Amino acid sequence: MRISRRILAGLATASLAVTATSCGGGGTSGSFDDTVTVGILHSLSGTMAISESTLVDTEKMAIEEINAAGGVTVGGKSYKIEYIVEDGASDWPTFAEKSKKLIDQDGVPVVFGGWTSASRKAMLPVYESKDAFLYYPIQYEAQECSNNIFYTGATPNQQSEPATDFMYKRSPAAGGDFFLVGSDYVFPRTSNTITKAQVKQLGGKVVGEDYLPLGNTEVAPIISKIKKALPDGGIIINTLNGDQNVAFFKQIQDAGITPSSGYYVMNYSIAEEEISTIGPEFLEGHYGAWNYMMSIDTPASKKFAASFKKRWGADRVVADPQESAYNMVYLWKQAVEDAGTFDDNAVREALVGQKFDAPQGPVEVMPNHHLSQTVRIGEINAEGGFTILEETGVVLPQAWNQKHPSSKGFACDWTDPSKGEKYKL
Amino acid sequence: MELLLDSLFNGVAIGSVLLVAALGLAIVFGLMGVINLAHGELMMLGAYTTYVTQLIFKLPILKPFYNSYIIVSIFLAFIVSGVVGILLEKTIIRKLYGSPLETLLATWGVSLILQQFVRSVPLAYGTGLVISLLIGLFLPTSFPSKIKESINFKYFKFSSWLFAALTGVLTGSIISSSVSKLSRASARNVDVTAPSWMRGQVEIIGTAFPKTRLMIIVITLISVIAITLFLNQSAWGMRIRAVTQNRQMSDCLGISTEKVDIITFGIGSGLAGVAGVAVSLLGSVGPNVGGNYIVGCFMVVVLGGVGNLLGTVLASFGIGIMTDLIGAGRLLSIWPDMPLPLSNTINFFATTSMARVMIFALIVIFLQFKPTGLFPQKGRMVEN
Repeated sequence: MRISRRILAGLATASLAVTATSCGGGGTSGSFDDTVTVGILHSLSGTMAISESTLVDTEKMAIEEINAAGGVTVGGKSYKIEYIVEDGASDWPTFAEKSKKLIDQDGVPVVFGGWTSASRKAMLPVYESKDAFLYYPIQYEAQECSNNIFYTGATPNQQSEPATDFMYKRSPAAGGDFFLVGSDYVFPRTSNTITKAQVKQLGGKVVGEDYLPLGNTEVAPIISKIKKALPDGGIIINTLNGDQNVAFFKQIQDAGITPSSGYYVMNYSIAEEEISTIGPEFLEGHYGAWNYMMSIDTPASKKFAASFKKRWGADRVVADPQESAYNMVYLWKQAVEDAGTFDDNAVREALVGQKFDAPQGPVEVMPNHHLSQTVRIGEINAEGGFTILEETGVVLPQAWNQKHPSSKGFACDWTDPSKGEKYKL
Repeated sequence: MELLLDSLFNGVAIGSVLLVAALGLAIVFGLMGVINLAHGELMMLGAYTTYVTQLIFKLPILKPFYNSYIIVSIFLAFIVSGVVGILLEKTIIRKLYGSPLETLLATWGVSLILQQFVRSVPLAYGTGLVISLLIGLFLPTSFPSKIKESINFKYFKFSSWLFAALTGVLTGSIISSSVSKLSRASARNVDVTAPSWMRGQVEIIGTAFPKTRLMIIVITLISVIAITLFLNQSAWGMRIRAVTQNRQMSDCLGISTEKVDIITFGIGSGLAGVAGVAVSLLGSVGPNVGGNYIVGCFMVVVLGGVGNLLGTVLASFGIGIMTDLIGAGRLLSIWPDMPLPLSNTINFFATTSMARVMIFALIVIFLQFKPTGLFPQKGRMVEN
């Protein structure tokens, strides 16, 4: 009895110590007038943990950088940023629940969080009903424009549209037929609806599409369909998610669907992180489209990659979602400083028009709470990175896609009270 | 003709993945009646074994034999998953025979533990741990019977576990210092790359077949033949069948049912490991890889008829061929000018998601008419 009680006490202390270390944030103490605590909400366990934990690492790094440079200055007082990390556990209702906790219990002025569209959709009503503010860093299908969310990832017209254009007009398979492959959930289906409309406009032909249920890695039927629909090669648009890409690329290579036999795959979900997991030998010669690529040869990009490696290990890579996460922390800081308060409504107003010299190049917050960004098309090389082939100028975000039949002719503007979430152009 | 061959091959390829995954479960669930929800995680261990073997074969001493690592890993995966399975049987499942609900919950818990284990323990030390288990479980049984019967055997047993632990720690540290990729825990999915002789295609009668798929078919065939021979020709196989049919009677006749249970469960788990090697060739290796297959496995075993290997074989190939037939819209290419409503229906189901829905629906309908599967066990069975 005595022993078990002692063990229990030990366990309790140990778990306390763990919570203390995992929740307490911030760097070393300097000369700050006060502290402000922000929320970080990503999956640290479950299927999405692999991807989302990289965002937590990036956000922590950005906060540490800001603190090292003197913190946030609001109303003449310098604030040190501290953070509370919550685990969404790859479970969408948990994201909503933890959001409530961060807003009500911890009283954080801002939450940086989410990855999957499902988690964002689960959190959205919470932020809208409490009039709180979520910063969401992932490239997504758009068709959404909330006053309480700020989206720093690409919208389809900042990723898939330039990519489709490139594939149809300037890739080695130019003028070829399209086959669309994706995982069976909202992003691939919306993205492909847009792609189909665009291909039709361009005068091309989509000869087939198929969706793999999440978790399923049996792609044999898809391969026979691709071979039947594109017997002599063509363009494949791939919106598969996570592990399914590995199964897909391993098996299409074995089936002879390779760039050397005229099949070119354009990927919307494969960044540097995924290339190293799948193996560059399976991906070499295929394409990707992103706003940020690690191979961007500018001082800002190199500095971003170098500081990340220095902070988290030399074998780590940075990719587009991380860059978005990095930008949003800085944009929040700038907006708060401009507003002179942490109050949501004032920060929201100050946020629109903020400019930031991001690793990808200059970005600016637009009235629809999305970012104007640069789009890059890259070919995957043997070293596991992208060889950048094309770079657009700054592309304005469309929260309501102009090629999707349900949103054509609509836009979003939160700076004008008469326009709001969805108004007719 | 070519179309038919292609379709048949695809069906067999899909079916053989299902079969190799379900084979171990057919034994554990089919013969022993244990609902083992950790079966998928035993597969996952097999897949990770392949990954570790691949990295170890990249070391300078073993580099010349790199091309054969996949063959070696099949045996290693069998041993690793088998050992973990035996430990599972000895510690948990043995106490739960005859209470399926508790077994289900306990094995589900084990599956979560195993998933988290590969996430948070460096693979090098995981390998060390498996080696410790292997030595600790088998060293005491290999002592001469004179020692085993002596009063001091518990000290021998204790010291052999001590030796096992030391060897495990030692191998763990050696591996972790020589292969840096294995020295840190990571939740990230890893990749098994087939050796060059197994990549690409091979042409048979004018049709190109992917080599990895052929390899999986071969692994499956060998596993099925080996397990059939074992069950039907060997003395232990006979005992297993005897215990399956009537546990008390076999016990009375002097068969050690305890040993039979361990061997059956060990073999079933080992086969899960082999399946892990096969699936690692198709996709990536991660903590959740087994979970993707577990539902399919139970589906195959239930459809085939519990306790019948032939049923399992036919069920998996049946599901494989149906998946390809529906998912790839084959009927349309066989009969191109069918009436419009029919071709529209077929087109509607000709996506991977809808094909899955269709297959499940068909199985449910089939089980309405034959609730015990394709080949139900007949005769007077004594249930415990």
